[in-house]
Amino acid sequence: MVAASLLDQLVRRDAPWEVTVFGDEPWLPYDRIALSGVLAGERSPDDLALREPEWYERHGIEVRTGCHVLALDASRRRLRTPADDFDFDACVLATGSRPFVPPLPGADLDGVTTFRTLDDVRAMLRRAAAGRRAVVIGGGLLGLEAARGLLARGLEVTVLHLGDRLMERQLDQGAGALLRSELEHLGLRVVLPAATVRIEGDVRVEAVALRDGTSLPAELVVVCAGIRPNADLAAAAGLTVGRGVRVDDRLATSAPCVFAVGECAEHGGRTYGLVAPLYEQAAVLARRLAGDGAAAFAALETATRLKVAGVDVFAGGRTVAEAGDQEVLLRDDANGVYKKLVLRDEAVVGVALVGDLSPMAAAGDALARNAKVADRLGLLGVGRTEDAPDGADLPDEAVVCGCNGVTKAAILAAIGREDGCATRACVARCTRASSSCGSCAPVVDGLLRLSGAGGMPGVPPAPPVCACVPLPRAALRERVLTADLRSVGAVLRAFGDGIGCHRCRPALSYYLDVWWCGQHVEEPASRHINDRVHANVQCDGTFSVVPRIRGGVTSPAELRRIADVAERYGVPAVKITGGQRIDLLGVRKRDLPAVWADLGMPSGHAYTKAIRTVKSCVGTDWCRFGVGNSTDVAVRLERLLEGLYTPHKVKLGVTGCPRNCAEVTVKDLGIVAITGGWELYVGGAAGMTVRKGDLLCTVATAEEALQEAAIAIQHYREEAEYLERLYHFVPRVGVAAFRAATAEAPAQRRHELLERFRRSRAAAGDPWRAVPAADPGRFAEAVP
Amino acid sequence: MTWAADGGPLQRVASLSDLRPGEGRLVRLHGREIALFLTAAGVRAVDARCPHAGGPLHDGLLSGTRVACPLHLRRVDLDTGEVEDCADRVRCYPAVVRDGEVLLEL
Repeated sequence: MVAASLLDQLVRRDAPWEVTVFGDEPWLPYDRIALSGVLAGERSPDDLALREPEWYERHGIEVRTGCHVLALDASRRRLRTPADDFDFDACVLATGSRPFVPPLPGADLDGVTTFRTLDDVRAMLRRAAAGRRAVVIGGGLLGLEAARGLLARGLEVTVLHLGDRLMERQLDQGAGALLRSELEHLGLRVVLPAATVRIEGDVRVEAVALRDGTSLPAELVVVCAGIRPNADLAAAAGLTVGRGVRVDDRLATSAPCVFAVGECAEHGGRTYGLVAPLYEQAAVLARRLAGDGAAAFAALETATRLKVAGVDVFAGGRTVAEAGDQEVLLRDDANGVYKKLVLRDEAVVGVALVGDLSPMAAAGDALARNAKVADRLGLLGVGRTEDAPDGADLPDEAVVCGCNGVTKAAILAAIGREDGCATRACVARCTRASSSCGSCAPVVDGLLRLSGAGGMPGVPPAPPVCACVPLPRAALRERVLTADLRSVGAVLRAFGDGIGCHRCRPALSYYLDVWWCGQHVEEPASRHINDRVHANVQCDGTFSVVPRIRGGVTSPAELRRIADVAERYGVPAVKITGGQRIDLLGVRKRDLPAVWADLGMPSGHAYTKAIRTVKSCVGTDWCRFGVGNSTDVAVRLERLLEGLYTPHKVKLGVTGCPRNCAEVTVKDLGIVAITGGWELYVGGAAGMTVRKGDLLCTVATAEEALQEAAIAIQHYREEAEYLERLYHFVPRVGVAAFRAATAEAPAQRRHELLERFRRSRAAAGDPWRAVPAADPGRFAEAVP
Repeated sequence: MTWAADGGPLQRVASLSDLRPGEGRLVRLHGREIALFLTAAGVRAVDARCPHAGGPLHDGLLSGTRVACPLHLRRVDLDTGEVEDCADRVRCYPAVVRDGEVLLEL
């Protein structure tokens, strides 16, 4: 990665070098920081490449992948490779580091791996798929990243750590203890201090033995016990080597024309493992190779950011105060927040943040500049009211993206130039800011907003379904389908804690329905009462009943039946709803089956997360302004979609002209008749949030409008999180992305969406007919 | 009337076959409303009204031995009667199953 950064900078400076890159691994330079995302199932191995092959070609850079350099002859300026000898004018060693594996008996067993390369991750995933328990040796940054990924894959993960607190190089006792308790809360097991003495097993790993006699069974062991610089090539060439390849301030080694940067380099007695100072080395060397003789590297206070299954940690400098230092400490145990500044002579020399990283940009900047701070509590966010950092208060030279060393000024320049960046993705392409760990994304978005460039919110990493099922939805789906699990209980036993909670069990019930297109095993005990008895529980424990009246169109006979039922069962309240339906309120649970039978109407699904109502106006049938038959289309739309469960409730509307009497632009999905066609709007809201829907597409016929609605609803059903309204989903992914996945998707994808839609719809029945017959006892009380 | 091992009176309230795993059932007895649950750990019985807002606990979602009230999702521990975010507890009734009948110590 440091080599790739150096290449970037050389290209940007038009440095007059013909460059050849030699790399051991079979891939082009890729983003190692993102490997934990691949492990967790959040990123694909295919989008790790830092630059596309064409980029290297375009800039005349030859990359020899899978090429192991055998020897360096510094005096002859020559490299020996298995293929040939290669003469150079200058050589940069960016050989990185390798994992340190302590000399433990059993460290060579099958199933013991390190966490450094894409191959390591692939090996871990293979074992994770076959096993259930993983042990990570080492509770530093890398170990916790590995643990987080494996936890997300549904394994039972234990972290063994030699020290007395997690990440002791970065965190003080208080932050380490809080991090530990937050991680344990998420299902990670932490044992410390834990001295591993042996890895047990015959051919494959079976257990890890500790000095105190404990034996922890495991099918996968990941060793994250630190790194060692790759300095062998330099040492064999006679260069001065300590812990790493020794370099001076200009990053020159002891041999003329040979330089070193990255994890392999030792500067001022220190080697670095975090990426920010290493990118600084790359920048300094690029300037030097481009002819700037004054460029020099100075030791930097390094900060690190980590996100472990939802726990945010940021630490830099010395977080344990030395004699003469001062501390500012804010701690909120109940909310899992810990914030600490260490100051020396009023200047920031250390920062530790857990749980709330909003002060990260400002505090990190103060640390990097060793700045004197007057308002220390303010720096920790006390008294700040805005919730999203926008970077407005950062100085131009402040580093926003610590991973890639990108300053605020560089980002503003990318936004401000002609045809400047308008999205975070574009800023990431042009400056690399936010492209690695992503933690600076809110600041990048803020700078885009400040610059009036819009700043489309990007997609944050997928959250786990629940603490009980610590896998993101997409990863869980893949595993559930592969393992052919069809009930909530089976999923909880395989990938969760076996019990679940009132949040994840309804969510899983929904997901299984969608993933299996209705061919799942329904488990009423995992549903809220509304979905067990198909009516809406009221504050007094009675229920409300809303029959389906498609499009809001009813008849005298239907109204008479409703009136009869209301009288027969002593229904205390009858009300017209906002969605053009009739609500019978105060029905006793035991009366529900009889009420449904006497109504003789299908369920209106008003009690659940499903297709609710299609509201309509009277359209061309009666209205002198109507341009489309909205009533008919509303009834057809409702017939098309009814009975389908959705991530959250879906309210719809069809209106006969742009006067919009049915108020469809504030519906989750609305259809407007215009002269010569129909417009579809998605993501409207008029409840807790008020939002005008985004125009999805305009089509010529009612049939096309219905088909686009089905495709849009199926996309929402498959891709939204449970309890995410369409009006949250659409702005989250962006209407352009929504459109690209639906109305403007390739024919094959549209066909597949419609196919899954049809299968789900075919499996959806009317619960008011099915349930009482199958289960008459559910509605009764017990008799003493 | 039968008697518990330690001498307390036991009252039959339901047949075990009336209960289904994971779903609560209401029983009215001497003017009291009691919620019965068949959990993986056995039968549990508590006063049926959530002390927070009177929600019907027998209609709650059961996970392990905790039930989430259907009105505001406060969780009630069926072993201790503790209610999430609420100072009041619900009363718990020790339950035994004999010959397929559920008996409560009232």
